[in-house]
Amino acid sequence: MIPFDYHRATDVAGAVATADAREAVFLAGGTNLVDRMKLGVTSPDVVVDIGGLALDGVEELPDGGLRIGATARNSDLAAHPVVLRDYPVLARALLSGASGQLRNLATTGGNLLQRTRCSYFQDVSTPCNKREPGTGCSAIGGYNRQHAVLGASEQCVATHPSDMAVAMAALDARVVVRGPAGERVVPLVDLHRLPGDEPDRDTVLTRADLITAVDLPPLPDGTRSLYRKVRDRASFAFALVSVAVVLRVDGGVVRDVRVALGGVAHKPWRARRAEEVLLGSPAEEEVFRRAADAELAAARPLPDNGFKVPLVRNTLVSALRDLSLGER
Amino acid sequence: MTDLLRPHVLGASPARVEGAAKVTGTALYAGDQRVTDPAYLHLVQAEVARGRVTSVDAEAALALDGVLAVLTPDNAPRLASTDDAELAVLQSHDVDFRGQVVAAVVARTPEIARQAGALVDVRIDEAPHDVHLGADRDDLYAPEEVNAGAETDTSQGDVDAAMAEAPFTVDHTYTTAWYNNNPMEPHTTTALWSDGDLVLHDSTQGVHPTRDTAAEVLGLDPERVRVVSPHVGGGFGSKGTAHVNVIITALAAKAVPGTPVKLALTRQQMFSLVGYRTPTIQRVRLGCDEGGWLRAVAVDVVEQTSRIKEYAEQTAVPSRMMYAAPHRSTTHRLAALDVPVPSWMRAPGECPGMFALESAVDELAIACGVDPVEFRVRNEPEVEPESGKPFSSRNLVACLREGARRFGWDDRDPAPRSRRESDWLVGTGVASSTYPVNKMPGSAATVRRTVDGRFRVEIGAADIGTGTWTSLAQVAADALGVEFADVELRIGDTDLPKATVAGGSSGITSWGSTVVAAAREFRAKFGDDPDEGDELTATMPEDDASDEYAKHAFGAQFAEVRVHVDTGEVRVSRLLGVFAVGRVVNPRLARSQLVGGMTMGLSMALHERSVLDERFGHVVNHDFAEYHIAANADVPRVEALWIDEHDPHVNPMGTKGIGEIGIVGTAAAIANAAHHATGVRVRDLPLTLDHFLS
Ligand SMILES: Cc1cc2nc3c(=O)[nH]c(=O)nc-3n(C[C@H](O)[C@H](O)[C@H](O)COP(=O)(O)OP(=O)(O)OC[C@H]3O[C@@H](n4cnc5c(N)ncnc54)[C@H](O)[C@@H]3O)c2cc1C
Ligand code: SF4
Repeated sequence: MIPFDYHRATDVAGAVATADAREAVFLAGGTNLVDRMKLGVTSPDVVVDIGGLALDGVEELPDGGLRIGATARNSDLAAHPVVLRDYPVLARALLSGASGQLRNLATTGGNLLQRTRCSYFQDVSTPCNKREPGTGCSAIGGYNRQHAVLGASEQCVATHPSDMAVAMAALDARVVVRGPAGERVVPLVDLHRLPGDEPDRDTVLTRADLITAVDLPPLPDGTRSLYRKVRDRASFAFALVSVAVVLRVDGGVVRDVRVALGGVAHKPWRARRAEEVLLGSPAEEEVFRRAADAELAAARPLPDNGFKVPLVRNTLVSALRDLSLGER
Repeated sequence: MTDLLRPHVLGASPARVEGAAKVTGTALYAGDQRVTDPAYLHLVQAEVARGRVTSVDAEAALALDGVLAVLTPDNAPRLASTDDAELAVLQSHDVDFRGQVVAAVVARTPEIARQAGALVDVRIDEAPHDVHLGADRDDLYAPEEVNAGAETDTSQGDVDAAMAEAPFTVDHTYTTAWYNNNPMEPHTTTALWSDGDLVLHDSTQGVHPTRDTAAEVLGLDPERVRVVSPHVGGGFGSKGTAHVNVIITALAAKAVPGTPVKLALTRQQMFSLVGYRTPTIQRVRLGCDEGGWLRAVAVDVVEQTSRIKEYAEQTAVPSRMMYAAPHRSTTHRLAALDVPVPSWMRAPGECPGMFALESAVDELAIACGVDPVEFRVRNEPEVEPESGKPFSSRNLVACLREGARRFGWDDRDPAPRSRRESDWLVGTGVASSTYPVNKMPGSAATVRRTVDGRFRVEIGAADIGTGTWTSLAQVAADALGVEFADVELRIGDTDLPKATVAGGSSGITSWGSTVVAAAREFRAKFGDDPDEGDELTATMPEDDASDEYAKHAFGAQFAEVRVHVDTGEVRVSRLLGVFAVGRVVNPRLARSQLVGGMTMGLSMALHERSVLDERFGHVVNHDFAEYHIAANADVPRVEALWIDEHDPHVNPMGTKGIGEIGIVGTAAAIANAAHHATGVRVRDLPLTLDHFLS
C-alpha cells in the first residue's frame, strides 16, 4: 500500500471540496476500497472518510417512496421494515450479497460503486484496460467465466458485481449526487456505463461526485417483486447470473413489469426488450420464454461463459413464473 | 502382534487442552511470537513463467524510509546446498515459474516492505514457457518411482485381452483440477540469528524435518538450528516440507544482523510458493463379467510436475489394492512444466485417484445392473491384490453395510431422474474410501517424573489443528497407566526429542508408538513409584511383524445431492461417512478430522479449482473471493461415524490414522449421486452448474 493522507469529512460540501482539490477517494465501509489499495489497484493521495456525514438514514418520502442514505449499512437496509414490506426484491438482493460481516460494513454508495471482480483487474501483474487503459484486456482470451454476455466491448468484458444495484435498477431508483457544481439526480440505470472505448470509467460520476442518497419511487398496489441469484456456491459468491423482477399482473395480463439482470454486463442490465414483450401480454410461460429470448438475442458469450445464456433464460422464466403464480 | 494398550483414557473425549488459549487469542502462532524489534520481509515475485533476470534495481526501494535491505540474485548470501531447486532462492538468475521469488525486501513495517517491493525494478529476459498439461503431449515421461516409494507402473495378467472378453466394460477419462491447500494460517516464519545459531518460529507440520532441511540448505550443523512451532493453523500437506519462506527468511535475517525478521506470505503468494495438488488426467478401464465380478482394472495417469523439481503424485496407487481382479495394470506419466512446484495435499494419490476409480466403479455397476454397494462388496479381495499379503484388518464391507443401513440406501430407485422434490432433482451415490496406515521411523520421546508427581512427556511432534496436544497426552496417560491430568505433554520444538512429520496420517502411529515405548521402558526401569527426576528416553521400536500385513484404513461415503432443474445448481443435502480406522483415540477430535476431510472432499467436488491462465502461467483466481471453498451453506449435514475395529497388527494403540481418509472418495460419492439425480455423468471436477444446464 502506498502512503496516503486520511481526511475525515465533517460536512458534505467539505468532502466534495477536498475530493475536488486532490487525487481523492471517498471511504465508506472500505470493504472494496481497502482491498484495492492493498493490491495496488487504487492509489489515492487522500482518502476522504464520509462516515461522519450522517448520511446513514432511511426515511419514507412524502410520495410514499423511500430515501436511503448513502452510508446506510447493507445489513440495516435489508432489515428495514419498509424495505421488507414494499421492496422485497431489494431485501433479497442485499441478503444474497457477500457475507454477514461484510454487509455490516458495506454501505449503499459503496455497494453501487464497488468495482469489478475481474481477476485481471485485481492483479497488477496482468494487462487490463480498466485499470491501465491501453494495456489490453486479459479476460478476452483468458479466464472469463464471470464475465459479460451483454453490452461488452472489445476493450473490456467485465461485469458489475453488485446484487443490490440490480434490484435498484428494477425499482427505477434515482441516485442523488452532490458534486462541485451542486446537487443532481441520476437515474440508477444511467449511473453505470457500458465499457465502450473507456472501460476505465465505470460510471458517469467524476472524482468529486458524492452520492448522498438513493430514492426509491413507490410501487403501485398489487406489485410483487423478487430477486433470484445463481452462483457457484450456496453463499458468499458473486452472481453468475441474477434476476430482479418487479411485476403486476391483473386479470392474467402483465400490467407493469420491470426486469433487471445481474452478472451479465458492465452495469446492472435493465432488460427493456424483455419488458416490451411482457407488457400487456398474458402472464404465460410461452410469453416468458419469448421475453427472455428477445433480451438474449443480443448476447455474445465468451468461451468460458456460454452457459450464462441458458442460465439467464431459465432463471428469468422461472422467476416470472413464480411471481405471476397466484396473480391470476 | 503388538502388545495393545488397555484403553482407559484412550477412547474418551477430553476437550482440546489448548482450546481455551486458542479461542482467547493467547495461543501463539508463528507470526505472533514476541521478538524484540523485528523487521518484516516482503517477497517480490517473477511476473513471467520463464526467463532470466537481467537486472534488479533496488535503488528506489532502498531510498524509502524504513527499508533495511533488499536481497536480489546478485547480493543474496550463497546457500550451502542448492540441490533442492525449490529452496535455492536467489541463487541464480533463472526464472523457472511465474511467482518465483526474484527479490526480497526487509523493512521496519510490513506495509513499508510491501510498498518497497513494488518499487524494486526487476528486468527479466523472457523466454517462451510451456505450462499446458495434456495427455497428448509427446514428452510425457515415467518417473523412477512415485510418492512414498511406490512403483511407477505395475502389471498383472492381460488387461487388453480381459477387456476384449468382458461383457461389461468402462473406458473413460476422468480429470481432477489443480487444488491449492490454503490453510487459514499462511506460511509464516520468524528468523533470528545469534552467534551463528539460528532460531526459526515457523508454521510447520514438523519442527525437526524443517530444521534438518534448513540446516542442510544453509550449511549449518542441525544442532545450531532451533525450530519452534507450538500451534499451526492448518497445513493440509503444504507445511509438510519446508518451502521457500523458511530459507528466504533465514537469509534475510542474515542481512540485518541482530534483527529478527518476520515473513507471512500473502494469500496470493501461497498459490505459487507452497505447493499444490497437481491436476490429473486418469484413463480408467474396468471390465466385469455378467455377475459383476471384476476381470480387469487399469488406470493410466497423466499429471504434472515442475521442470525444476520432480513431484510424482501416486494417483493410481489405490487402484492397486481396492478390488480383486485377475488382470490389472497402472501407469503414471508426468509432464515437466514451467509451473510452480506441486507437492503434498491431504491424501495425495488416494484423493484424486479414488475420484476416478470410484466414479468408474459406479459406471460399471450401473452398466451390469448390480447395485453399487453390492458391486463393491462382491469385489472385495481376500488378500491385498498386488502384494498377496493378508490385510491386518479390512472392514470395508462392514462400512458399506452399516452406511447403507443408516443412509436408507435400500429404498433407492436406481433409475436416474427418479426422484424430484419441487424444483430439485434428487439422487444418492456411494463411494469407498481408503488410506494406508503409515508409520515413519525416527522419533524419540522422553518421559520424566516431575516435582508435582506428574509425568512430563516430551517429543517434537506437531499439532496442526488435529489435536495432538490432547490425543498424544491420552496415549501417554494409558501407556503410563495414569490419569490424563497427570501428563504434561510438550511438543512443537526441536529442543525436544526428535519427531517425524505430521504427514501421511502417521502422527499418532509414529509418535504414539514412540511415547508408548518410552513409557513402558520408564515403568520397566523405575517401577510404579518412580522418584522425582527419573527420566528415560526411547526411540520408536522397529516392528518386524509389520511387513507381513497390508495395513489400510477403509470407509464408505454416501451422498444425497440435489440439482436444480432450471439453473443446474448443485447442493449436497446429506453426507454420511462410515469408517474403519482402528481404535479411535479421541472421538471428539476424530469426528472433527473426518467431518473436516469430508467437507474438503465436498469442496473439491463442487467448487475448488485453481484456474491456470496458460498465457501467463499463473493461477488467476488466487484469493478466497474467487477460489471457492465450501461455505457453511454448502454443508448442511455431514455425519462421520466409525465401526468398532480391532487391529492388533498396526501399533500398540491399535490406531490407523484419520487425518486424510475423510477426503478420499467424497467427490466420487457426490458425482455418482449427481448422476443418479440427473442422468448426467460428470467426469471432470468440479461439478459446476454448467454441466447440468439444458
Ligand atoms: C469476499 C467478498 C465477497 C463479496 N460478495 C458480494 C456479493 O456477492 N454481492 C455483492 O453485491 N457484493 C459483494 N461484495 C462487495 C461488497 O458488497 C462491497 O465491497 C460493498 O458493498 C462496498 O461498500 P463499502 O461501503 O464498503 O464501499 P467502500 O469500499 O468504502 O467503497 C467502494 C467504492 O465506492 C466509493 N464510494 C463509497 N461511498 C461513496 C459515496 N457515497 N459517493 C461516492 N463514492 C463512494 C469509494 O470511493 C470506493 O471507490 C463482496 C465483497 C467481498 C470482499
Ligand atoms: S474485462 Fe475489463 S476489467 Fe477485466 S481484464 Fe478486461 S479490461 Fe480489465
